[in-house]
Formats: sequence, C-alpha cells, structure tokens
Amino acid sequence: MISTLGGFVLFLALGVTLYAAAASVFGARQGREDWLASSRNAVLAHFCLVTLAIFLLEYALITSDFSLRYVANNSTRESLTRYKIAGLWGSLEGSILLWEWLQSLFAALVVARYSDRGPSGCRQLMPYVQAVLQGISAFFLLLMAFAVNPFARIFPIPPDGRGLNPLLEVTDMLIHPLLLYLGYVGFSVPYAFAMAALITGRPTEEWLRITRRWTVVAWLFLTGGIFYGGWWSYRTLGWGGYWAWDPVENASFMPWLTATAFIHSVMIQERKRMLRVWNLVLVTLTFSLVIFGTFLTRSGILGSVHAFADGPVGVMFLAFLALVLLFSFGLVAYRSDQLKGHGELDSIVSRESAFLLNNLVLVGICFTVFLGTIFPLLSEALRGTKISVGTPYFNKVSVPLGMALLFLMGVGPLIAWGRASLNNLKRNFLKPSLAAVAGTAILYALGVHQAEVLAAFAFCFFVIGTIVFEFVVATRTRAKTMGEGFLTAFATLLLKSRRRYGGLIVHLGVVIAIIGIAVSSVYKVEREQTLKSGESLTIGRYSVRFDGLAAGERPTHILVWANLVAFKDGKPVHELMPGQRFYPNQQSPFASVDARYHWNEDLYVILSTFERDGSSATIKVIINPMISWIWIGGGVILLGVIVAVLPERRLALLTMRAKAQVA
Amino acid sequence: MRGRKLKYLVAGAIVVAALVGLIYSGVRDSMVYFYTPSELKQKQDEVRGKALRLGGMVVDGSVRWDPQTLLLTFQLTDGQGTVFVRHKGTAPDLFKEGAGAVVEGAWMPDGYFRASTIMAKHSEEYKPPAHPETLDGKKQMFKSILKEDKK
Repeated sequence: MISTLGGFVLFLALGVTLYAAAASVFGARQGREDWLASSRNAVLAHFCLVTLAIFLLEYALITSDFSLRYVANNSTRESLTRYKIAGLWGSLEGSILLWEWLQSLFAALVVARYSDRGPSGCRQLMPYVQAVLQGISAFFLLLMAFAVNPFARIFPIPPDGRGLNPLLEVTDMLIHPLLLYLGYVGFSVPYAFAMAALITGRPTEEWLRITRRWTVVAWLFLTGGIFYGGWWSYRTLGWGGYWAWDPVENASFMPWLTATAFIHSVMIQERKRMLRVWNLVLVTLTFSLVIFGTFLTRSGILGSVHAFADGPVGVMFLAFLALVLLFSFGLVAYRSDQLKGHGELDSIVSRESAFLLNNLVLVGICFTVFLGTIFPLLSEALRGTKISVGTPYFNKVSVPLGMALLFLMGVGPLIAWGRASLNNLKRNFLKPSLAAVAGTAILYALGVHQAEVLAAFAFCFFVIGTIVFEFVVATRTRAKTMGEGFLTAFATLLLKSRRRYGGLIVHLGVVIAIIGIAVSSVYKVEREQTLKSGESLTIGRYSVRFDGLAAGERPTHILVWANLVAFKDGKPVHELMPGQRFYPNQQSPFASVDARYHWNEDLYVILSTFERDGSSATIKVIINPMISWIWIGGGVILLGVIVAVLPERRLALLTMRAKAQVA
Repeated sequence: MRGRKLKYLVAGAIVVAALVGLIYSGVRDSMVYFYTPSELKQKQDEVRGKALRLGGMVVDGSVRWDPQTLLLTFQLTDGQGTVFVRHKGTAPDLFKEGAGAVVEGAWMPDGYFRASTIMAKHSEEYKPPAHPETLDGKKQMFKSILKEDKK
C-alpha cells in the first residue's frame, strides 16, 4: 500500500517539478504573468507532495511496516520512537528523500519570501532561480525513481527489521545529520541566484545582496554540523579524538572552506565591484563540493567507515556534477563581457589584498584536502598502485596554511581599504603585536617550548589583540562623542554595525577553537594497562583505580562496564564507568566511553577489553588538555553569526522597547 | 599600471609556489603504499622498514592477546599469502577473526609486520545471521558478572 502510494507521490512530484521549471522559464521569456503564477503554485505543490512522501515513510518507520525494504533495514520493533524517526536519515535512500524535502522547502521559502516583495531586481531573477532550484530537485527525484527508491518492497516480509547501526542510536543522530543537510542544501539557494543572475544578464552585485543572509545562515548550519560531528565523535565513538581526516569528514570540510572564502570575498565585491568572476566560481565550487561530498559519502568509492552503500548512485552523482560544472562555467564564459569589474587593487598592503590572500589560502587548503582525499584513487588510476596519504599529510600541510590564515584574520578586519599608510598600520597593529610578543614570552617563561604551539599562540594572541583593540577603541570613541556610558556605547555599537562586530565575534570563536585544537593535540597523553580488581594506573597527576566489572541488561543490549575511581593528586575526584555494549546479532561490541569533562582538561577512559569472569580489564586513559575550548569556540561562533544576521527591524523594535522601559 | 599588475602576478606566483612546495613535501613524506599480504611477500626486500598499509582477512584462530604486555598478534591473509602481524595495544571494536582489517606499520627484518594502527573494515551490507540471536543469548555470555541495574 504505502509502497505504491509513496512511489506514485514521488513520481507526481517529479512531474510537478519539471512543469514548475518549464513554466517559469516560459513565463519569463514570454512575459506571461499567468504562467509565472502557475509555476509558483507548482513549486508549492511540489513541496506539499514531497512532505507527503516524508510523512508516508515516517509512518511506515514508526509503525514498523517491514514490507518496505528501507524500513526493514533501518529500524526494529524495539527501537525507541525517536530512533525510528531518525531511521529516515539512517542510510542512503532516506537521506536522499530528506535532502529533496529540504530542497523543496527552501524553494517554497524563496517563493514566499521574494516573489512579490523582494528587493529590486528580484522579479527578473526569480523565474530562473526557481528553474535552477527545481532542476536540482528533479535530479534527486530522478535518483529516487531509478536508483534508490525509499519505497521499494522486500519479499518475504521479515518478522523484524535489522535496525540502525547501534553506533547511530544516540541522541546526536537526531541533530548532527540535520545540521549538515541544512547547511548543504542551503548553499543551493545562493548558487541558484548566481546562475539566475548570469542567465538574465544581470551578473553584478544584486544577487549577492539578496542572498547574503542565506549564505551566512547556510554557513552557520554547516559549521554547526562540523563542530557537532566532532563533539559527537569525541564523546561516543571511543577513540578519544574528534577529527581523523576521514574522507567523509573532508567532504563536509571542503565546501566549508570555499563557503568561508565566499563570505569574505563578497565583501570586496560589494564595496569595490571587483572579483565578480571569482565569486561566481566560489559559489559554484561550494555547491559542486556539496554534491561531490554527498557522492563521496554515498557511493562508497573510498571505502570509509562512514560510507554505507554502493550502487548506480555514484555514476548518477558524477554525471550531475559534470553537468553543474559545465553549465555554470559555460554561463560565466558566455557573460564574460559583463563580468569585467570596475575596481582595481591599489596596493598590496590593503584590506582588499588581505582578503584576496585569505581567499587564496582557504582555496589552497581546500585543494590540498581534495588532493589528499582522492590521492588513493589518483594513484590507482595513474600508476596502478594504491597509495594513500594519511593524517600526517593533512596535518603537515594544513598547519602552516592555518597559521597564515590566523595572521590574516588579525590583519584583514583592521587594515585600511585601498592603501594602508604606515601610520594606519602603526595605529592598528602596534599594540596587538606587542600583546602577542608579551603573551608568547610569558608562555615561554611558564615552560611552553614547542615551536608550533608558541607560533600558534603568538598568532592567536595577535588576533585577540586586534579584536579587543577594535572593540575598546570604537566603544571609547562612541562613549566620548555621544556622551554615553561605556556599556551603552558597547551595546549600541554591536547593534549598529552588527555585521562587522558579529564577524569579529566569529573570529574570536575560531581563535578559541584553534587554541583548543593546538593544545589538545600537542599535549595529549594516553596510557593503556591491564588491571586486576583494586589495582590502579597512574597518568600525569591522575591515578585511576579499577574496582571490578559489572554487567546489566538494557532495552536493546547488554552493557558491561568497569567501575573506576579517578584520583587527582591523591584525592578522589570522579567515578567513571566506561563500558562495552553487546547487541544481539552484532558480533563486535560497541564502546561506551566515559569521561570527566572539565574546562581545562578532560580525563577520558575507554574499556578496551576484559576477562569475562570479571577478574581483570584493560583500560585506556587519555588526558586531553583544553579540548573543551574547541566546543566553547563553536558556541562563540554561533553567537557571532546570530549577532551578524538578526534582522534589522526586529532589533530596532527590541531596542525601542528597551528604551521605553528605561524611560 | 603595468608594473602594478606585475607586482600582483609575482605575489600570486609566490603564494602558489609555496602551496605547491608544501603539498609536494607533504605527499613525499607521508605517502603510504597499500599492499595485500601476497604482494608484500613478493616485495619484502624492497619495502623493508617503509611505512605501508596492509589489508586482508584476519585468519580464523590466529588472534593471540596477552593482557599483561598488551601484545596482540594475528595473521592477515588474502588467500595466496599470509603475513604475521604484531601490534602493541588493543584492537578497534570491529576487529575480529574472519573479518577484513587494514593495518598500518612496517615490515620488520625479523620477518613480521609491526602494526602501529589497526583499522577494522566494516561492511554495512545486510547479511542475516545464520542463527538469529536474542538478547538472552548475549546475557548468557556475561552470567558471572551480570547484576541488576544500578546505572
């Protein structure tokens, strides 16, 4: 029943999508308002149909309808309802349906937001924006129709489903994939506007202004997804790390890099009308990398732990990717006359140059990550031997580039436009540089001697110095000229130039996260030892005592755990219970780690193996200094973006209300 | 005008050259060859001491684990050749006899592969178990330490 209905709904959605795309192009070319209106309705109908499809699949998942292959493979009767729901994005078919649903949602939002009351120029762009968005939707619907049907039947109907991979039955599974998908799909909107601008022959600054907020919000979701993924991996996967340069991680990192470059270079184009082609290239690259990332994840081509499938999907993804690249760069070439910018770079020592350099470095990192990720494929194709470059390559290449980026992060926001005079440089950078030197010297005196850590800290202090300096100077100036108190001046400043100060707060978050990454990776200590009941192992200032094993029954598995007591400087500080989960029908156990999380140091324990009679256990203990700074940095980034994108009207309203209350 | 453009070209070229150099040295220093056990046996003289990855199936009944010294030994095979592997430390969750595994390390002059990391290969393909298992089955395994809940 559901199978037939679901397949029919998706097929109908494909028809409606194609109609919407064709009608909007036809309406725009012939100037027929009725066709345009009809295509807008079709976009909304398309959204309703895909929503219905999602409901059908969720209904089948929640009611454990195992006549659907997808349900049988991704849920069991015993699963909690929330994990039955999460089965939707548990593997390939459902993830594609989720993607397509978000795609249709965003298309509907774009219609609702811009079709009659958008900024000027929107009316001309909209039909083509819709055509591009519907074209992307059509690809995903075709994929489901011919390769990965989420409503496919299974026969004979199994008595119970196979369930999600137990690793995925955690609350994080409800959040991390959604964040990433929101980010991924979000970038299709600026891409569609860019293409529409090229098609209609208006490839100037208009499309940037319209999509600015979309881009930043999509970037926020992608950033959030990446940070959340690291946090999830750290807390639950049981290897004590958060990032392994796994192809699937790289797949989310590459579009993040180009998107970050895009967010910055947009500012140059808006202000100076330069870099038009460059921005079109960046938005196309970002969208293509999103598609490429999904291809990497879903085709199983690189054989990574995350990749859950192989099949004809890979070929279809590659064909779509080729089409996107040909179409986009073809359009850029076709409109090249109109893309000549007006601005010229005046000097190498200027904000334009700093931003340009930042773009080069970001795209450079993206290229190195790309190369490292596909290196095994390249070497196999070219030389017949499989050669891979592992973590050492990525670390070696990205550390110096990351440092260059940190330096530019301090310089960019403060250096003058056009041509920075020596005076400007001295005024803005002398104090931050002195702060960096002083801070690094203090660290050296305190016993930090690793060159890499010192260099990272020097740049971090420099950036923090510039941010604090900027806030203090601007607040003081405003307090003086407007006669306001220091706090009022600071708050109004934040509200008045939210984009600038929100951006600086984001930078602060990045610096905090980088400090966490640098310190935790250099000063991490670990120790593994087999302990009998009552024995302890010592690591740094800690000792960990093993008080025996226990096991208990859980709804879906048996949990075996070790009772540990952690002592710091001889005083008991925490009880830890790392364990292993044993699921029926799974031969290998799954780790269930435990840790004492603390703002400056995590004590992280893993139960590696144990004797079944409970006499001894092998325990791995890791001390991760300052690792929580990474997550704190992520929080600060979130705060900064919120400051930067909050709608003006709402803020004005809030401040008015606050003022009224004061008065 | 001309001179200015040139200046930018030079600056850009320096950045690109630095990038290329960085990538080149990064690749050169961390290239890891991938071999199967039979390929390794064939080329054992030329690859001795070099960093490489070895992938194969863990031979049934070959895994030995000494909890006191944390020494894990096992054999990897591709059907044609078999290599003896030693690893200091525990294996990842998915490592088991009869399943695929990739180890990273080096071929030692004494005729064994010293692994620094073990990556278990993990297949997501659905294979229904020959004898479907219940939670009670798992429970039997831990009879001696099973107690009623306290967590």
